[in-house]
Amino acid sequence: MSDLLRVDGLCLATADKSLVEDLSFTIAPGERFGVIGESGSGKSLTALAITGLLPRAIRPSGQISLAGQQVVGASERQLAALRGPAVATVFQEPLTALDPLMPLGRQIALPVQRRLKREGADTSRTAVARDVRLLLDQVRLPDPDRLIHAFPHQVSGGQRQRVAIAMALACRPQLLIADEPTTALDVTTQAEIVKLITALVDELGIALLFISHDLAVVGQVAERVMVMRHGRAVETGPAAKVLTAPDDAYTRKLVDAARRFDTALEGRA
Amino acid sequence: MSTPVTTAPRRRRTNPIHWLGFVLVGVIVLAGLVSFVWTPYALSDMAGGRLEAPNWQHWAGTDRLGRDLFTQLMIGARIALVVGSGAVAIGAAIGITTGVLAAFATRFFDDALAALFDILIAFPTLLIAMLVVAAREEASLGTAILALGIGLSPVVGRVTRILTKRILSQDYITAARVSGTSWPAIVFWHILPNIAPFLGVNLALQFGLAVMAEASLSYLGLGAPPPNASWGRMLQEAQSTVYTAPWGAVLPGLALFTLVIGVNLLADGLRDRFDPTQRGA
Repeated sequence: MSDLLRVDGLCLATADKSLVEDLSFTIAPGERFGVIGESGSGKSLTALAITGLLPRAIRPSGQISLAGQQVVGASERQLAALRGPAVATVFQEPLTALDPLMPLGRQIALPVQRRLKREGADTSRTAVARDVRLLLDQVRLPDPDRLIHAFPHQVSGGQRQRVAIAMALACRPQLLIADEPTTALDVTTQAEIVKLITALVDELGIALLFISHDLAVVGQVAERVMVMRHGRAVETGPAAKVLTAPDDAYTRKLVDAARRFDTALEGRA
Repeated sequence: MSTPVTTAPRRRRTNPIHWLGFVLVGVIVLAGLVSFVWTPYALSDMAGGRLEAPNWQHWAGTDRLGRDLFTQLMIGARIALVVGSGAVAIGAAIGITTGVLAAFATRFFDDALAALFDILIAFPTLLIAMLVVAAREEASLGTAILALGIGLSPVVGRVTRILTKRILSQDYITAARVSGTSWPAIVFWHILPNIAPFLGVNLALQFGLAVMAEASLSYLGLGAPPPNASWGRMLQEAQSTVYTAPWGAVLPGLALFTLVIGVNLLADGLRDRFDPTQRGA
């Protein structure tokens, strides 16, 4: 019962197609958990199911227990109470995940305001502004004075993703879901964002569910990983073991391919 | 790492055609406002000869009772603006509310509302307006505003519904929901601001249509009753003398044209100016 997130026998299906079958895993408080899989393997759907945001056409069955609350079949009101304090998400494409017509400072301020209200703390303009500054500082964004008034299209992709991370952290969640947070970024920025997320969740004691198709990135971030294929978990275990000595044939193929790719790159260098 | 952040909107040159819109609307608004404190003559003052051509005493000539047409044009501007704004306000209130509700509703209610919008749009606005006037059993300014507002609402509703649905499918709505934003907050903070630039242009077009429809209603004798001078009624009164005194019909027509085209140009310009996504990146 000490698990923060417990997914047990989760199945997701549309009327005529099964998308995720019999998925089970747990995440302990403060743990960094990675999910690897090719596109269409059901990684992102699983993340949506955890937050109770599945499209209407997809029906979940099984158990998802988040911070002691059952998610599958919960009412919208119960789910709304979980979103924020229990879980927050960073999405793949920060440009579309930010409101294009709202200044960045305000977008961070809204979840801050909700959290302060929830905690019964001071929600005055200065208190909120102070927390927004603090968050911008935490995600290492330069020049906060100008950033607060900027619109999403006026800053770089890496900066946008940092703002998105700040928004997620503004909720002070127990679990942070990062759904391919680096896929839309260039390699240098990717490395920075990965480092930032890892450092922040450790610093704040937040559990992390990190979803990616990039073995190297997941290997860097996660303590434990799960490999998904065609909606099923093919292997779960400590990152070091799964990514060096995998048991499953598919995982082995993935790891070998990644290794060959690296070797090929080194050969050229 | 530190990409420069440009927050100051780059000053772009305003398209002169948008300035034209501003000037045209400005002229009409000014005429309407001045009419509250000053008009050349009293509205029903038969101060001149019958059907005088424009001259120094009567800048727009006189009608067949010798009343000053310039005075009527000024009062007409006031009526047109009041009816246009009132009708758009009512149409927007009904249309935006139902449109947003439809976008949020279950499949069944959404389909039902969408069908209702389509049916109401297929009804000519003027016909709906005439039904409302008939139901109220009197032709008054308020009835005309209400009638046109109801007539416009399904168009606003349909546009709102589609715009809202498009915004609802965006990642930032999912992001807002996942961070615990309530639906009303999502509507007010994220949806309304994001549909506003598009909806604003649509409402401006509706304003033009409402002004025209009011003229039509008045022309048919269903608009504001006689002491008020509406451009539509001026047109109707000038109809019988259009060959001997054409200015009586040409001038209100020109006023109507000026306001409608001015509003459309202005709306276009305002959208260009206030849509932050169109500012320099």
